[in-house]
Amino acid sequence: MQNKNIKELTSIFPVIYFNSLENIAVVSNKHLFFALKVLKLHINYQYNLLSSISGVDFLGKTYRFGIVYDLLSLTYNTRIRIKCFVNEITPVSSIIELFKNANWWEREIWDLFGIYFDKHPDLRRILTDYGFEGYPMRKDFPSYGFVELRYDESKKRIVVDSVDLAQEFRSFTFQTPW
Amino acid sequence: MIVTKKDLNRELKNFTINFGPQHPAAHGVLRLILELDGEIVKKADPHIGLLHRGTEKLIEHKNYLQALPYFDRLDYVSMMAQEHTYSLAVEKLGNIIIPRRAQVIRVIFCEITRILNHLLAVGCHAMDVGAMTPFLWAFEEREKLMEFYERVSGARMHAAYIRPGGVSADIPLGFMDDLFVFCNQFNIRLDEIEEMLTNNRIWKERLVDIGIVSSKNAVEWGFSGVMLRGSGIPWDLRKTQPYEIYSEVLFDLPLGNNGDCFDRYLIRIEEMRQSINILEQCFNLLEVGPIKSSNLKFGSSSRSEMKLSMEALIHHFKFFTEGMALPHGETYTATEAPKGEFGVYLISNNTEKPYRCKIRAPGFAHLQALNDMSVGHMIADVVTIIGTQDIVFGEIDR
Repeated sequence: MQNKNIKELTSIFPVIYFNSLENIAVVSNKHLFFALKVLKLHINYQYNLLSSISGVDFLGKTYRFGIVYDLLSLTYNTRIRIKCFVNEITPVSSIIELFKNANWWEREIWDLFGIYFDKHPDLRRILTDYGFEGYPMRKDFPSYGFVELRYDESKKRIVVDSVDLAQEFRSFTFQTPW
Repeated sequence: MIVTKKDLNRELKNFTINFGPQHPAAHGVLRLILELDGEIVKKADPHIGLLHRGTEKLIEHKNYLQALPYFDRLDYVSMMAQEHTYSLAVEKLGNIIIPRRAQVIRVIFCEITRILNHLLAVGCHAMDVGAMTPFLWAFEEREKLMEFYERVSGARMHAAYIRPGGVSADIPLGFMDDLFVFCNQFNIRLDEIEEMLTNNRIWKERLVDIGIVSSKNAVEWGFSGVMLRGSGIPWDLRKTQPYEIYSEVLFDLPLGNNGDCFDRYLIRIEEMRQSINILEQCFNLLEVGPIKSSNLKFGSSSRSEMKLSMEALIHHFKFFTEGMALPHGETYTATEAPKGEFGVYLISNNTEKPYRCKIRAPGFAHLQALNDMSVGHMIADVVTIIGTQDIVFGEIDR
């Protein structure tokens, strides 16, 4: 019954791609808010609990960032994943009006990926340090970062230096033959 | 100009204090900016991220097996529950079927972990509120449980025992006997803790009607686990979306009536009893058999085979240096960790490293609601509410 309902989604809002294995639907940025609203409030879906929002960086694609909403329906005991793809400069509409707990998840994505959320009431950094610069979860951000902290004995305080690697960072990427 | 009394009415500004990051009741490194009107909390603004270690970024640079120990270090009081979620996610992407004995062992350790976590939650909560003794008793029991961890993996806490494809080693001889002894005596220890707390007047004064969450609010805030059940919503992933052998074991789901801190305390106690119940059923479900998947694409060859066959030796070397490649795919796998729904959103791209591994920590969703839960309460109740949310910063800051 539930799967039939989900196939009906396409008649309500445009779905770019649908995968029935784990109920994944890709919608455009324009229809995102409406799609989530329908899924939350429609009697046949009732995806009323937002599990998480994740960001993914597909470096090299035109629409580089994927924003992934994991919804859970307590009534029907199903999950659905709504995805939407944006580039670096396009803001995404915040869904705090629909799901209160989207607040921190969106702040986290702003912090780590630098995706701007439109109409978010409190878009501060959340996980990184006060005064941190850059978006660390982007694929072009090196895992060792750009700056390092150390205690300066002469100045008697913590100073920020740029990273100095003793040897070049090695990335072990093998082509797995098996 | 004549000054009248009316002009002298001054605006009172609320008092803002910094709670933490080094406050013992802040459960680690929570920095809380509290806006107070006298002793009443007007606004609570948690600043998190002081324990941010970039786990998700680091996992992207490790292969699937090397990424596993990071999960121990997320919520460092319920270690194996998180390894388990990650292993399930990898198994889903690789279509790995694990043998039944491994499933039973996993369930045993998930339930041991649940007791481990709830003992700390209740014990530390009691200590935050002012009761010292249950904390000491709880830690004695925790020590016994961590000994079980040690016996299978060699490590008391960061076990890296549950791995994709099964568990890392079989349980040692005599393990189940000792677990049985533990199960028999644990109910009495739990009774003792309850004697100290459940009907204690001070404990009740501090917990009853504090931090009430309605069932509607609990869903809106995305709560899970005890926080959701405390508000009276019968939702437990072990029952609703069963994994491993949870569909075969019988256990009750304690629910709260009022959604206050006292209800959540009672649920934690009852869940520990149910975990013992599950452990006792697992004694009879444990069968002799392999503990790892026989699919050698996603597992190492056995040690004895390695000594005899060159191919097996090469495979062993390749498996632990290069790692295993998972086919293209993505999954959101969630399990019932002791704190709530712990989810792993894993994207694989046919290489030996995860493309993206997003960790959905239950505490992250709970701490968000701290402002809503604590507004209107006294400042001392904030400590109670942090305690009842069972906050651990390893998983929130990641």
